[in-house]
Amino acid sequence: MSAIAVTTTPKAPLWRRLIGFNLLTGIVLAAGGYILGHFIGDHIQGANLNYYSTEAGQNDVAVLLGYFLGVVGFLVGLGFANYPISRMLGHPPTLAEKESAEEGGLRYFSLSTDHKVVAMQYLVGIGFFFFIAGLNAMLIRTELLQPNSHVFGANQYLTLVGMHGTMMMGMMTSSILGPFANWLVPLMIGSRRMAFPRIEAFTFWILMAAGSVLMTTIVFGGFQTGWTGYEPLGAQGTAGFDAYLAFFTLVGISMCLLGFNLLATVIVMRRPGMTWSRVSIFVWGVITTAFLMMLASPMLAAALMMGMMDRTIQTAFFDPGYGGSSYLWQNLFWVFGHPEVYIVALPGFGIVLEMLPVFTRKPLWGYRVAVAGMLGVAFLSWFVWQHHLFMSGIDADLRPFYMLSTELISIPTGFIFLSAMGTLWRGRIRFTVPMWFCLAWAFNFLWGGISGVFLSDVPSDVLTHGSFFSMAHFHYTIMGGLVFTFFAAIYYWVPKMTGFKFNELLSKIHFWSLFIAFNSTFGPLFAVGWLGQPRRVVTYPAFLQPLNDWVSASAYVIGLSMLVFLVNVVWSLLFKREPAEANPWHSKSIEFQLPTPVPVHDFDRLPVFDPDPYPYGEPVPAPVYASGGGQT
Amino acid sequence: MKEVNHFRRVVLWWLATSIPATLIVVLVLAPGMPPGNATTEASGVTVDNTLFLGISVPVSFAVLVFFIYSLIVFRERNPSVVTEGPALRGHPGVQLWWIVITIGVVLFLTAYGTIRLLQDGSGGGQGPNPIAAPDPPHGAKPLQVQVVAQQWRFDFRFPSYGGVQTSQLELPTNTLIEFHVTSLDVIHEFWAYQLGVKADANPGVDNIAYVTTKGPLAFNVRCGELCGLWHGYMFNSGRVVPKTQFATWIAQQQRTFAPIQKALPPYSRTYFPEPQRRGG
Repeated sequence: MSAIAVTTTPKAPLWRRLIGFNLLTGIVLAAGGYILGHFIGDHIQGANLNYYSTEAGQNDVAVLLGYFLGVVGFLVGLGFANYPISRMLGHPPTLAEKESAEEGGLRYFSLSTDHKVVAMQYLVGIGFFFFIAGLNAMLIRTELLQPNSHVFGANQYLTLVGMHGTMMMGMMTSSILGPFANWLVPLMIGSRRMAFPRIEAFTFWILMAAGSVLMTTIVFGGFQTGWTGYEPLGAQGTAGFDAYLAFFTLVGISMCLLGFNLLATVIVMRRPGMTWSRVSIFVWGVITTAFLMMLASPMLAAALMMGMMDRTIQTAFFDPGYGGSSYLWQNLFWVFGHPEVYIVALPGFGIVLEMLPVFTRKPLWGYRVAVAGMLGVAFLSWFVWQHHLFMSGIDADLRPFYMLSTELISIPTGFIFLSAMGTLWRGRIRFTVPMWFCLAWAFNFLWGGISGVFLSDVPSDVLTHGSFFSMAHFHYTIMGGLVFTFFAAIYYWVPKMTGFKFNELLSKIHFWSLFIAFNSTFGPLFAVGWLGQPRRVVTYPAFLQPLNDWVSASAYVIGLSMLVFLVNVVWSLLFKREPAEANPWHSKSIEFQLPTPVPVHDFDRLPVFDPDPYPYGEPVPAPVYASGGGQT
Repeated sequence: MKEVNHFRRVVLWWLATSIPATLIVVLVLAPGMPPGNATTEASGVTVDNTLFLGISVPVSFAVLVFFIYSLIVFRERNPSVVTEGPALRGHPGVQLWWIVITIGVVLFLTAYGTIRLLQDGSGGGQGPNPIAAPDPPHGAKPLQVQVVAQQWRFDFRFPSYGGVQTSQLELPTNTLIEFHVTSLDVIHEFWAYQLGVKADANPGVDNIAYVTTKGPLAFNVRCGELCGLWHGYMFNSGRVVPKTQFATWIAQQQRTFAPIQKALPPYSRTYFPEPQRRGG
C-alpha cells in the first residue's frame, strides 16, 4: 500500500470507522442476500426439475437467486447504491468518493474512485486469486504423478482442472488492464481521472464477488466441464456448475465495463494536443484490448444466461434431447473465447514495447508498425474462432477460410516482434529484472506462435487438437505471454505505485527459477501431446509416466518460484520498506516524472508531452553530402 | 575504425546454425514422429508435420539468433552511466521485406494446408457432408463403420453387416474406412491415435472421417473431449487385420451379438439423444 500521509486531525476509534459502507458491510449484506435469495428460490420451485441437481439435493433456482441477491447485497454494502439514490433524491452530482489520502488505509477496503487506489485493489485482489488458481495447478500435477493411482478422485480432479482454468481465465484476463491500465492510462494521457470513476470501482468489486462465487463451487461438489463449460455436459452438472455460470457472467460484466471505461477514457479524456500518434504504445495495447473486451464479453454473458435458463426455467438452447444444439454453445463460447486469448496477449505486447525503449535507450522502432500490429490482431481475432471446432463436425466448407484467418493473425503478431527486434538493434541494452521478463516474453511467445501453426493447419491439427500439445501451446502464449509481462509490469511499476523497492536478489531468483521451470514444464508437454495424451484426463498410458513426472517436478519449481515472489513482496513492501527512487529506470515517460507517491490528483498542472512518446537516443547524424558538414 | 556489419554477421550466424538444425530435424527427427505411417492419413500427417517443422526451425532460429546476438553485442558495458543509443525510428525497406516474407510464409502454409485438406480430409471429422473423400484402393466400396460414443464407452456398428454392434473394433487391411461418429449423450471425441483419425461425437450429428488402412496394426482409441466424470477412463483399442481374418471376425460378432441385436434400435445415422433432465 502506498505511504499514507500523516494526518493531524484525531481519528475516530477503529470500531466506529468499521461501521459504514465498506467491505465488512458488503460481506454481511452478501451473506444476507444469499440467504434471502435461496429462501425465495426454494419457495418459487420446491423440487427442482433438473435431474442431476435434484439427486444431489440441490435447487438451481435457489442457488442462482442466492448468488444474484448476494452480489446485489455486496455492492449495496460497499456503497454503490448511495450515489444513485442521492441523485434520485435531488442531491447535486459529485465526482469523487473516498479520494482523500486522509481517509487512511481503510479506503482500500471500500468504494474509492481514485484510480490509483482501484489499481492497488485490483493488484492485490487479482493476485490473491492468481495464487489460488496456481495452487490448483500444483494439485493437478500431483494427481498426474501416477498414471493410474489417485491422489484425488475423478470428480475432485476435474473440479481442480475446471477451477484452475476458469479462475485463471476469468480473473487474470484483467490482470494488466485492472491494475496497470487503471493506474497508468490517466497519467499517460494527461488526465486526472478515468472517464467513469464509479464504474472503475464497480468493475473491481464485482470481479471480487465473482471470484468468491466460483470458490463456493466446492461446497456444491464442483463442476466437471473445465473452463470451456461445454454443453450438454454442463446440463448434467450439479449446483457447482451454477457457480461456474454465475462466476463467468459476473466476470463478463466486469470485463465489458472495464473495457468500455478505458476506451471512453482514452478517446475523450486525452489532454489537448495528445494526438493518436503521441500516445504511448502501452495505451495502444490497452485500447485494442479494451475494444475486444467490450465487444466479446457480452457474447459470453449471453451464452451463460442461456445456460442458466436451461437449468432453471426449462428452456432447451443446448439440449439436443429437446431440439437444442450442442454446437450453439461451442460457437457462442468461442466467439467470445478467441478474442479472449488476444485480450490476454495484447496488453503484454504493449508492456514489452513500452519497456524496451527504456532499457535499450532508443526510441521505439517502428511505432506505426507496432500500432498496426495491435489493430490487426484486434480486428482479425473476430474471424478465427472456428479453428477450435476443426474436428467438431460442423460443416467443413469454411475450414479453409478459418485456416487462412488463423494463419493471417501471425502477420500482425510478427509486427510486434519486428518492432521489438528493431528496438533492440544497436541499443545500449540494460539488463534489469523487468527487462529479463520482457525478453522471456519474446522467447516464450515465439514457441507459442510456432506451435500455433500446428494447431491452425487442419492436417496437423488432427493430431494435436484437444491434446496436451494444445494445452502446452496456450500455456506458452498465455502464461508465457501474459503472466511474464504481468511480472515485468509489477517489477517495473509497483515500486512507483507503492513507493518501495523490491529486493534485487529475490527478484532475480524469482525470474530465473520461473523462466527455467516454466520452459521445463511446458516444453515436454508438447511431446506428451504428440505422443497421444488428451487434455483433462485423470489417467494416462504408463509409458508417459517419466515425462509426466518430469513435468510435475518442474511445475513444483514454478510453485516455489512463486513463493519466492510472495516472500519478496511481503519482505520488501511490508517489512523492509526501502523507499524507491522517483525514477529508478531513468525513464522519460510521464509517470516517472511525478513524485513518489503520486499525489491524489496526479498533476498540479497538466503536463506538456513530447511529440515523440519515446524521446530516447542520440540523434543519428544526417549523412554529410556537401562540404562544410564539419565532420571528417 | 572499420564499422562492423552487424546485419551480415547475424545472417551468417543464422545460416550456420539453422541449416544444420533444419537438416537434423527434417531428416532425422521428423520421419519418426507420431502418428507414424500406419495408414495413408497418418503418413500424410507425418509428412505435414515434417514440412511444418522444416519451416519452423529456420523461422524460430532467425528470431533466436537475432535476439542472442543483440543481447550479447549490444549490451551496455558500463551500466552505471546512462548512455543513449542511436535514435533509430524505423526503416521502410526492412519493414516492407518483413511484411512480404511473413505474408509469403503464411499464404504458403494456408495453401498447403488447404490442398492437403481437400485431398482426403487428413483423417479429421468433416461433419455430415464431407468436402473431401479419398478414392478407395482398387475401386472397392468404402467400409462404413459407425462409432457410437456414450458416457463412458465406445461401441461400433457395421451397417453393411446388418448393423451389428460390437464393443471392439477390427478393420480390414488396405481398405477405405468411412467412420460415422455420433454420440448418445454429451460431446465426446473419437481419437484413434495410430490411425490418424480424430472426430468429435456430437449427439444427433453424423460426423464423417475417412481413413485408408495399410498393413496389420494394433491401435488405441481415446476420448479426446472432456465428457464428464470418467472421461479419463474412456478408452478402447482396436486392430487392423487381413481381410479374411476380418470376415471371420465379423461373422463371429454377428452370431455372438444376435440376441442383443433385437433389443437395439435399427441402424441409423444418428440416434435420438437422451434428454439431460426431466421434462417440465
